[in-house]
Amino acid sequence: MNMQDLLFLVPLLPLVSSIILLLLAGRLSPMLVAVFGVGSMALAAILTLLIGIEFIRMGGDPFQQVLFNWLPIAGASLNFGLHLDQLSLVMMGVITGVGWMIHWYAAAYMFNDKDVQRFFVYMNLFVFAMLMLVLGDSLVLLYLGWEGVGLCSFLLIGFWQHKADNVVAAKKAFIVTRVGDTAMMIGLLILFSEFGSLHITTIVDSTLEVSQSNLWLACLLLVGGAVGKSAQLPLQTWLPDAMAGPTPVSALIHAATMVTAGVYLIARMHPLFLQVEGILTLVAWIGALTLVLAGIAALAQTDIKRILAYSTMSQIGYMFLGLGALAFDGAIFHLMTHAFFKALLFLTAGSIILKMHHQQDIFKMGGLFKSLPLTSTFLLIGLLALVAFPGSSGFFSKEAILAATYKAHTAGPTLWWIGVLGAFLTSLYSFRLLFIVCFGPANHDLKEPDYKPSSQLVVPLLPLVTLAVIGGFISLDFSLVFGPAHHPNIPLWIEWMPVAASLVGFILAWVLYFPRKAMQANDGLISHFCRDGLGFDWLYEQIFTKPLQLFARINKSDVIDHFYHFVGWFNFSLNEILVVSQNGKLRWYLFGTLAGCALMLGGLLWWR
Amino acid sequence: MTVPIEQGFVLVALLWAIGLVGLLSRKNTFFMLMSMEIMLNAGALAFILAGSLWQQADGQVIYILILSIAAAEVGLGLALLIRLRQHYGDLDIDKLDEMKG
Amino acid sequence: MNIESGQLLFYVSASIAVLASLFVVTNKTAVHALLYLVVSLLALAMCFYLLGAPFAAALQIIVYAGAIMVLFVFAVMIFNINQSDIDREQRWLTWQSWVGPSLLAMVLLGEIVFVILSQQNWATNSSSVVQIELVDARAVGSLLFGPYLLAVEIASFLLLAGLVGGYHLAKEIPKKNTKQGSRQ
Repeated sequence: MNMQDLLFLVPLLPLVSSIILLLLAGRLSPMLVAVFGVGSMALAAILTLLIGIEFIRMGGDPFQQVLFNWLPIAGASLNFGLHLDQLSLVMMGVITGVGWMIHWYAAAYMFNDKDVQRFFVYMNLFVFAMLMLVLGDSLVLLYLGWEGVGLCSFLLIGFWQHKADNVVAAKKAFIVTRVGDTAMMIGLLILFSEFGSLHITTIVDSTLEVSQSNLWLACLLLVGGAVGKSAQLPLQTWLPDAMAGPTPVSALIHAATMVTAGVYLIARMHPLFLQVEGILTLVAWIGALTLVLAGIAALAQTDIKRILAYSTMSQIGYMFLGLGALAFDGAIFHLMTHAFFKALLFLTAGSIILKMHHQQDIFKMGGLFKSLPLTSTFLLIGLLALVAFPGSSGFFSKEAILAATYKAHTAGPTLWWIGVLGAFLTSLYSFRLLFIVCFGPANHDLKEPDYKPSSQLVVPLLPLVTLAVIGGFISLDFSLVFGPAHHPNIPLWIEWMPVAASLVGFILAWVLYFPRKAMQANDGLISHFCRDGLGFDWLYEQIFTKPLQLFARINKSDVIDHFYHFVGWFNFSLNEILVVSQNGKLRWYLFGTLAGCALMLGGLLWWR
Repeated sequence: MTVPIEQGFVLVALLWAIGLVGLLSRKNTFFMLMSMEIMLNAGALAFILAGSLWQQADGQVIYILILSIAAAEVGLGLALLIRLRQHYGDLDIDKLDEMKG
Repeated sequence: MNIESGQLLFYVSASIAVLASLFVVTNKTAVHALLYLVVSLLALAMCFYLLGAPFAAALQIIVYAGAIMVLFVFAVMIFNINQSDIDREQRWLTWQSWVGPSLLAMVLLGEIVFVILSQQNWATNSSSVVQIELVDARAVGSLLFGPYLLAVEIASFLLLAGLVGGYHLAKEIPKKNTKQGSRQ
């Protein structure tokens, strides 16, 4: 039997698990919940591996599997189908593989939480939606997955609902990504009106003559959607606040998968973008600016998860930069390696937070190399991959992107220098994190935790560690998707400049941040400005939130309300006036009757 | 004998109007009842006039019916008036205004 | 002016009727008003006779002035009018209470008179002065026992209802449950 025919099982398994967990809410023990939640992911990952092996063995031709006819519309019938090629295979592998590890970790992390069943419902549903996003063969299915991951992100960020701040963060994430989603929806509609179909292969292979301005607009709107989902400028404000969710959520959604959906979208629709190369330059610039901005913000953070969040923002900026520089394969490669080491970093941070009794301020940690040697080693390995230490996975992917940026005609040296600056900043904040957390005097009271830390918190991290180290040597062949890979011929100093920048960052971090005494967070004005995301939150509040609230306040008793009140008031006053004539006295009534009679008679006579 | 017929009807109207004035302006129910008798009589006169105009006895027949109506009405009305007086102490019709509002 | 005696008699009795009615309406004392009402009724009976309806005239005197007015008198007797009632009546009869009704009545009177006087032909002949012939009791009787038989029966029902109602409404209230009795 052809392994590839089992493609539909890969998204189906998490979905079924989610539904089962939903229907049996409250009736399963945490162990059983973990079996379902993690087991479905394990099966999906193994299936992905087998399908991948088969796929590569068969030459790597794109494989389509139509499941059923979803919307039978004359002329634009929509099928529910799955499309497998190298791009979606890599994405599927990342989602199921890294997802499996994260689910395994999460089962141990959330084991004592009373809502653990609901947690796994949402997590499995998220994986289903994400898989639909990458496997769907039409933009409608992609949008289905897009919205699904947005929903699950909302549900998972606000998972601990009893704290109002979490719900606020969840709402913020949903609303900000909604702005991007709406742009994307309009883009999809324009594409539909131009191409007559939303099937991806139909669109990208189309030879129709489409109006350039419409194509420009559609691609711009798609970029808008990608920017929202991937937390780039200007829709990046939600990602740091999204760290209010449990750490496995941050690892899965806000590091490895959902935030990379935007990158996937642009990569998938790259033939369209290649026709409007100005937009690719725009994408590169967005990536570059976010890169630097997030790096600066990360330098001023005190919460370990927020540092990692800004780091994610920055790395996705790299991916956008890669996309803009026509290095699609480089961007996806970086996506994969980033998933490895960022998931590792987040899960490690989760372990640290657990051991610190849910303390997340790095200035209240310190000296963890002595207290938690294994965790600190993992942290070190992850951070080395992040700063693209030569030989780590991050090194190869980042090098691919930066090399392409220098030579690309849509990018160029300016953007390359910004990328190098980004490498410097990455190194700076990473080593700041490492030094403050792991070295120096212990600024905390590390007691024994009330429960035994399970080995389940360590075992899932091992594959991630391995991949973070050797993942760079996995060669991905995107030739059938992006065209034959071209290795730009660049001078040697260009290749090694990013490494030099990272080294400079390391030295500077050593000088500034290596704790010789107890460290404290910077309290200056600039620090606060950077800590608050460089003022973007404040800006959006002034431009959007405050006027809207003002308008709502003014409109609280609006015209329609006044009209209804008027109707009631009018009837009451009319009643008050007329009730005088109903005084119960017979003579009044008689008088009224006869007066009316007289009037009518008079009228009749006069009229005659 | 001859009687100008319009003048007869004018007499009817006049008597009716006088009865009306009494009905509307008196508070005492007894006087209201008496005014109503005057109005009834005016109506009866009108019918008699019509009967003599057409030389038919129908006018008088209707007059007899009006008479019986007046008799029944007065009987019941006075009984009610007695009750009214017993309850309120006077015959003020404005005291009967519980159906107001 | 060539007025016949019958016509003159008619005018006289008509004016007596009107005057007496006016006195009825404006009187303070019940008994006086009653007596004026009797006068008015008798004058009207005279009018009936002059119009050639002797049966109606007789009935007016016997039934109306004889029975119904006696009913009124009995009611007055039961009312037991005392001085306070008379004073109250005096208080109620202010000139303000006459204005509105008089105006309304005059308006209505004017309208009705206008309608009456604007009629062109009252009878088959064009002249407005009609010759009145006697319509005697025999004619009335044959009508009553003929076409209007059903009306007579219904009138008797009406009188029965009046009788029973009048008896019931004016019944003596038992002394012990005066409170709920007076509410009936």
